Amino acid sequence: MEQQHEAASLGMWVFLVTEIMFFGGLFACYAVYRALHLQAFELGSRLLDVRFGAANTAVLIASSLTMALAIHSAQTGKRKSVVMFYLVLTMILGAAFLGIKFTFEWRHDFVDHLVPGFGFEVRPEWGAVGQQVPMFFCFYFFMTGLHALHMIIGIGILTVLTIMASRGRFNEQYYAPLEVTGLYWHFVDIVWIFLFPLLYLIGGHYAMGGGH
Amino acid sequence: MSGHVVPVRVYMGVFLGLLALTALTTWVSYFDLGPMNTVVALAIAVTKMLLVILFFMHVKYSSGLTRLVILAGFFWFAILAALTLSDELTRNWSPSPAPWSFLLPLIRGLL
Repeated sequence: MEQQHEAASLGMWVFLVTEIMFFGGLFACYAVYRALHLQAFELGSRLLDVRFGAANTAVLIASSLTMALAIHSAQTGKRKSVVMFYLVLTMILGAAFLGIKFTFEWRHDFVDHLVPGFGFEVRPEWGAVGQQVPMFFCFYFFMTGLHALHMIIGIGILTVLTIMASRGRFNEQYYAPLEVTGLYWHFVDIVWIFLFPLLYLIGGHYAMGGGH
Repeated sequence: MSGHVVPVRVYMGVFLGLLALTALTTWVSYFDLGPMNTVVALAIAVTKMLLVILFFMHVKYSSGLTRLVILAGFFWFAILAALTLSDELTRNWSPSPAPWSFLLPLIRGLL
């Protein structure tokens, strides 16, 4: 059984390594373009609202905690309702993350004409580097969009797990689906842990005179 | 299955640590530290990543084989980033070579 447990985790980690390279390519690309158009990228970053980014980071960290607690409940042989409670809580927090992302941030960006390809408007006050600001937003929407897609897939898997838990499939001996889904969910959390500072924080918010 | 059971208080400690680091990195971003802003933000992000990997993802309690696979993944990403950036960031270090046409008079002289 120990070996089966090991094999399941290892297999998931091999998949996650491909995901590291998948997102890694984007991060490397972002680093190159940020170095080429530093001023435009810092300007674009200041147009994002740090409060939403920070709040979403906290929401996602909380969802990782509830995911870990769901696995812990199964490991320690808690009733199936306890496992289901933590799984549903994880899904709610994941949905809250997507809700903040789509309704508060993306919709706001759309209204402000900051979506490349959908009526992006270069503002005169951006000056000479204004023409390169859409490049930042291309990265912003592609990276956060790809991350959001991973979240949606994760919520789909959690739905299946909740149904499995309701049928009493998991116990102290068998919880591999929970364990590997946990690895996936925490990985998506880690991607956001890097997206938050790279997109929101390192654009020089001090230049705006403290608060937002 | 006999995977390692991590105590709940460890999970709570990691959770509070991650929240504190998120608050710290947000607070620091409002001070002008020059290039250090990026260094500090990435250092805090790496610390948070290690907390998640070691405790939430149970790597602290996993086998050497699993750890080797993870390290190989990050090593490969390091190659990707290092080779890409070593090209892009050093392109202006030396003047562009003269076009090959500067050799033409030399060749004509030889003929």
